[in-house]
Formats: sequence, structure tokens, C-alpha cells
Amino acid sequence: MTSATSAQEPVEHAQGIPNVSCDHCGLPVPIALFEADAAHQFCCGGCAVAYEVIHGAGLDEYYAVRQRVVSSAQPSQGIGSTYLAYDSSVFLDRHTHTTEGGLRAAEFRLGGVHCAACVWLVEKLPKIVPGVVESRLSLGSARARVVWDPERVSLSCVARQLDRLGYSPQPIRDSANRQVHDADNRRRLVRVAVAGALAGNNMLIALALYAGVFDGIETQFATLFRWLSLGLGWISLLWPGATFFRSAITGLRAGVPNLDQPIAGALAVGAVAGTANVLLARGDIYFDSLSVLVFLLLVGRYLQAMQQRWAHEAVGLMLSMTPDTCRVVRGAELVEEPIEALACDDVFEVRPGELFPADGVVISGRSAIDQSILTGESTPHTVDRGDTVCAAAQNLAATLRVKTSAVGAETRVGKLTQLVEDGLSTKPAIVRFADRVAGWFIVIVSALAALNLTWWGTTTGLAGAVDSTVALLIVACPCALGLATPLTMAVAIGKGSQRGMLIKSATALEQLARISPKNPGHLLLDKTGTLTRAVLRMEQWHGPIELQSWVAAIESESNHPVAKALVARLGPVSAEQTDSLFDRTEVHGSGVRARTPLGLMLVGSPRFARESGVFIAADKVTLIDHGRAQGYLVAVVALDNHVHAVIWLSDTLQANCRRDIARLIEGGWCPTILSGDASQPVQMVAQAVGIEPTQAHGELSPEEKLAHVRRCVSVPEGERGVVAMVGDGVNDAAALAAADVGIAVQGGAEVSLAAADVYLNEPGIGKLVELVELAEETMRVARRNLGLSLGYNLVAVTLAIAGLITPLVAAILMPISSATVLASAATFSTTKRSASSLQREPS
Amino acid sequence: MSVVFIMAPIALVLAAVAVVGFVWAARDGQFDDVETPKHRILFDDPPPKADVTDKR
Repeated sequence: MTSATSAQEPVEHAQGIPNVSCDHCGLPVPIALFEADAAHQFCCGGCAVAYEVIHGAGLDEYYAVRQRVVSSAQPSQGIGSTYLAYDSSVFLDRHTHTTEGGLRAAEFRLGGVHCAACVWLVEKLPKIVPGVVESRLSLGSARARVVWDPERVSLSCVARQLDRLGYSPQPIRDSANRQVHDADNRRRLVRVAVAGALAGNNMLIALALYAGVFDGIETQFATLFRWLSLGLGWISLLWPGATFFRSAITGLRAGVPNLDQPIAGALAVGAVAGTANVLLARGDIYFDSLSVLVFLLLVGRYLQAMQQRWAHEAVGLMLSMTPDTCRVVRGAELVEEPIEALACDDVFEVRPGELFPADGVVISGRSAIDQSILTGESTPHTVDRGDTVCAAAQNLAATLRVKTSAVGAETRVGKLTQLVEDGLSTKPAIVRFADRVAGWFIVIVSALAALNLTWWGTTTGLAGAVDSTVALLIVACPCALGLATPLTMAVAIGKGSQRGMLIKSATALEQLARISPKNPGHLLLDKTGTLTRAVLRMEQWHGPIELQSWVAAIESESNHPVAKALVARLGPVSAEQTDSLFDRTEVHGSGVRARTPLGLMLVGSPRFARESGVFIAADKVTLIDHGRAQGYLVAVVALDNHVHAVIWLSDTLQANCRRDIARLIEGGWCPTILSGDASQPVQMVAQAVGIEPTQAHGELSPEEKLAHVRRCVSVPEGERGVVAMVGDGVNDAAALAAADVGIAVQGGAEVSLAAADVYLNEPGIGKLVELVELAEETMRVARRNLGLSLGYNLVAVTLAIAGLITPLVAAILMPISSATVLASAATFSTTKRSASSLQREPS
Repeated sequence: MSVVFIMAPIALVLAAVAVVGFVWAARDGQFDDVETPKHRILFDDPPPKADVTDKR
């Protein structure tokens, strides 16, 4: 299962004995597991195992540590895998490396890490598993680095022990990528630090010079300090500040205005004018302001980068939830191997509940498979010998043996992943909010500077005119603006992640906020997993009521979604009834037969009934056809070879779907359904949630979804609204990547998470409304900050034109403007919190 | 010559030493994980330090 994250919450704890709690996790102990004479009570087998491991290694202190660091214990559970594949040479070569002294090291992402006590326990691994030399866990990213002695212990044994403690390990797949990120991050931090040190020292020097302005200063000291300031200023511009010049030049080459251009311009003008003034020993030097400016801008950007990186990491945690091993038939036995070792024509086995590791043809077994993540089809598919299955589909009913026909990039999923990359590369460049402003900014400031130069040039002479123009250009630097946007975004991304919205790119917020009733945008929705839950529900029962309990009894042992839907609606089943069933046979994916006291009963699809020689009367045929025409899934109940009841089932909608869609439409969104499922169910869902039937498209392949998004996006910017795509499956991934804003919802496939800009940790679109609200709030604050900083610039430019700008005035104005913007970004976080608490109340 | 001519450069050199120290620490990866160490320090006995160190 892809969403194994919350495996421990569930039902089994529901009916616990109130006063007995599990000695490992603290949850109530279910009656069935309560042992009156045992020293310790556990709520489940997993907790008992974990306790045994911890206690056996003499680490009972864990419970004390845990009590100290967290108020509520919530240990997680492992997945109980054997991890044998971790010992294969393919796996070891790929995911581990040799360190000094013949030891091996590997990095894992651990499921279920949540508090400092986990760090304590995982780092005690050398005490639990002899042969492990070192174990370090990073709490924020749940990454553990394990060093072990391959002579003394196998990796699978290490992994099994971690799993028994409740932390299921997954090898880290994106380690190369991650190292690049780390290196980037370190460089960014170094730049901030260097700029900070230079700015601080330069301010100290400036203090001396300002003091000299009032109290007088000897020329020799003034010269010394001016030269020192010049030196520090230039280092600041050339080392940390070089990033602005680089970005400005890249923008110029591409012919796109960006905010770095006016910033770089002001920095350059200030540096040249300051240097000239130091050399000529006259006038103002600007280096103190310049280095502070560089520092503040870098701080803003660093904060934004940190928040985005955090969101990336959190999404990365979801990524490793898919299994990466499979059972391959080698000779007479089954061997667990990593997926990379699988080759064409190998035969692998897939048990119920597992995912197919590769494309292939079924060679033995008969089962139902769920391909919804791949195709968007909501109902399971029956597969038999000779049928093809696709990687990433889920086996539902029975164990299958499959002969591999394609692996890795050659599989259907692999090809779809390729499409995602294409989609990302053709994604239209987004003109960012601040950059759009920058274009106008450059024009206006240049015009003002030219006017200023001619006015003062004609009235007071060239020298004075140049001085005041230089002052104008420097004070017009959109410093506050350059600081405000990244800060606002950083706060917004942080707010988002607290509320389960992981925002990987800040531009997604800008895009979402551009939608208003006056400026409508396209909202493309996937059906399965987004609007519906891919869980069936019985809608209508046409037939005698007394059959219902027997239908539930017959279906109670089946895993099929239809069976689950029927049991949920028609149950509970009494033990007497199940005991009086005989000869129960289930044909996977088709139906069930059993002998009941009423007669031979059959529950299943109409086709299955016909094939079994059941007579279907004309009125029942009409009911079946009617149901199908309206998009229902139809099942029949037959007694002694005559159909007695017809059942209509439908997909269940996500909670509050209709209300949320209505709110989005109110906000200016035009929703469209793009689904891989059959047209009738799609139409039915569209009707149920209040979307125009003409805007509901079914039976779309992933390629067609992508084409649809491309069609929407291809209209030139300015004439179209923003295109947002919401989906979860592999079949949505390419479309997510191509849309202006791709939003993945919970339960999504790995590739769609990677392709999306935003990840919502709740299935359905409830969070989408919240996301749009967050985006609007963010942009409101960003605009307020823009107003503040432009207001500052206006005042400063006016003063400069009037010739009133002295270095002291500039030195006072600049921090004030930055402080205002900082305060404004900070108030955002508090207003947002109250708004969100109000908003969440109903749920 | 005033003492300022000596003290100001010395002050800057000291600042430079601090910056160099920080740059070294950042490149060494000491700021990669700022979350875990603050918890780790509270555990009574630190995990046994391995004889291998991982230099990246």
C-alpha cells in the first residue's frame, strides 16, 4: 500500500478496555488481547515485539526518555517484511558503500520517526544488534545513517530489527539529488554569514564616520575608515553579492525583467560612485548601506529556500512508501530481490495487497487487480492466465505468478514517468509577481533619473546633477521589496506545511491567488481519489428485503470492493448465518456462490450470473440496463438460478465535495473533470458535485489528459486564466507537471508527488479550498508589503530629487523600510492563524 | 600614527577569523541538521562514537 503511514490508528483499538493501556504505545488494550495474569499488556503483536526487543537489549530507559520528551506516546509499527532483498549484491552495490576499516554504511529513511525518543532508540541500535557500529538519526528528515560490520551482521538483519522497533527502513533513492541540495544549502548559508559579518563591521565603521559628521573627525581617520569601508563593501559585492549580478545578467540575456536587475543596478551605481568619492576624498560613500542591503536580501532568500527545501523533504518522506523489492522465482524457490535485479522473462510472485513490480503476463493464478492509480478506473479488473498486468497496479484477491515482459523505464509506468519529465520541461515560464513589478520599476526609475539629471544639469550644473542622480538611483533600490516577497512566501510555506499543505514552489501560491471571478481559471480535477474515494457504496436495492442479510453473510469473507460495500451496508452478519452457509465458492472478481437455507445463492456481476446459467427475467434486465445507463455498477442476487434482486452501487464522494466545488466556482474557478474512468460514472459524479456535464470527460488516457492540459496552457499568457490540475494517480502525473500549478492529493502515486507543486495531505479537495485561501492571504500581504516598500521608495526618490538625501537620511530610511516590511510579514503569521482556526472549526 | 591604524585592521582580522571558522563549520556539514543535536544533548549517555568519521 502506498499510504501505509497511518497504519496504527485503526479500528482494532476501537473497543479497548478503558483502564488498561498498552505498555509499549499507551493505546487501550483490546479485550481479546487482554491477559489478566501477564506482567505487561500490549494492544497488538507489533507492540509486544517492539517491547521484547527493547527490553531484551536492556534499553527500558527508552520509556523514561519518551515520557520526558513527549506528552503522548505514539510509537508506530513496522511492516513486518523480511528485508531479504537487502542482502543481494545488486542492492548492496546500489544503496550502500564501504567505509574505512571494511565497514559498510547506508542511509535509510525510517517510517514512523516522530520524536526525540525515536532518536534515542535508533541511535542505541549498536546495543540491540551486535555488529552495528554506528547509527545516527536526523529527526527532521527521518534519515538514519547506519554503519555496520558486514562480517558480523547482514543488512537484512539490521533492517528487520529496525522494523521490529517500529521503524520500517527504506533505502534513500534520491541521495545524489540530496547531496546537491545539501551543497547548495551550505553555499547559501556561507553567503549569508559572510554578508552578515561584512555588513556588521561596515556598520561599525559607518558609526565612526557618522559620529565624525556631528563631532568632527580628523582627516586621517576619516580617510582610514572610508578606505576600510570601501574594502569591506567591495568584498560584500563581489562574494555574497555576486549572486544578484549573475541573476540580473541571466535575466537580461533572456530579455526578462526581474527584481535582481534594479537591485544589481543600484548596487553597481552605489559602488562606482562610492569608489569615486573615496578616491577623490569627497562626498558620500555608500558602502555601509550596500553591504547591509546585500545581507538583508540574502537572509530573505535563505529563509524562503529553507522552507521550500523542508516541503521537498516532507514530500520525499511520502515517496519512499512504495516497496522496492519483489519475490522472484529462481529455480525451485522464491527469492526476495530488489526490483533492479528483475529482468525480462523472470517470473515473480505477487501476493494480495502487494503492488506489481514490473509489467508482465499472468502465468498462474486468477485475481482481481486495482489499476486505478494507473488508469483512473475505479472498479477492479479481473485477471486470469494470459492477461497482462502493469507495474504499480495492486493485486487484490489472490496470489499471482507473473512472467516479466518489461522492467524499469520500459514499463507503462516508466513511460508515463518520461511523459512527466517532458511535461516539466515544456512548462511555461512563470513571470513572478515581484519580477512583473520590477519591469515597471526599472522604467519609472530610469525615467525619473533622466529627468532629474536634465533638470539639475540645466539649473545648477553637471556635478551637482550627477551627485543627486546617483543618490536617487541608490535610494530607489527596491531593497524592501526584494526582502518582502521571499519573507512573505517563507512564512506562507511554513503556515501551509503546518496545516498539511506542502508547497514546493512559492510561485504556485502567486498563481493560485490570481484567480478571481473577474479573472477565471481552469481547475482540472481527476475523479478517482480526488472527487471520489474509490470505495464503492450500495445505492439502491431492488428486490426482497429478506435476502439482504444473506447477501452480507455470503460476501463477508470476500476482499472485493463490491463485497465490502455490500457488507458495510447490509451487515452486521450474525455467526449463525455464516455457520449455515455451505459450499461457499468465490470466483475472483466475478462473484460468490454458496448454499444457504433459502437455496443456492449467487451474488455477482450480471455476466457471471449468465455464465452460471442463471435466468434473468425481463424486468430485472431493465433494472440492470437502467442502472448502467445512469452510471451505476450493477450486481445481481440469484436464488436457485433465478435473479431475485438487483443492486446498484456507486463510487463514494469525498466528504463535502459539493460544497467545496461550489466555493471554488464562486471564487472564479471553472472546474473540469478529466478521468480515466468510464464516461457514465464520470457524468454521475459531475452531477453529484455540481459540475456541468459538458465539463466532465471520461475514458481519457494519460496522454489525452496531458493533451488537454497543454491545450489550456498553450493560449498565450494574459488571454487565459491559470490552469491548475488536481490529481493523485500515475495517470495524472504528466498533466500535473504540465499545468501551471500541479496539486497532488494524499494517497497519490510517487511520480505524481514528484511532479506536483503542492501536496495536500488529505484526500479530496477540502484542502484545496484552504490552499486557495492561503494563497490569497499570502498575496494580500505581499501586495501590502509591496505598497509599503514602494511608498518608501517614493519618499526617498522625492528627497533625492529635492537634493535632501544625505547618507544619514539614507541610513535611517533603509532600516525603517526593512523593519516595516519585516513586521508586516510577521503579522501575517498571526492573522493567518486566527483565520485558519475559524475556518477549521466546522470539521 | 594613531593606535587606531593598528587596532582597526586587527579587529577586522579577528572578524575574518570568525568568518573563516563559520565557513569551515558550514562546509563540514555542521548546519545540515539543526534539529536532532538539540535533543541528542539531553540523552544521558551519548551513543558510542564510531572510529570512522564520514567526511563529505
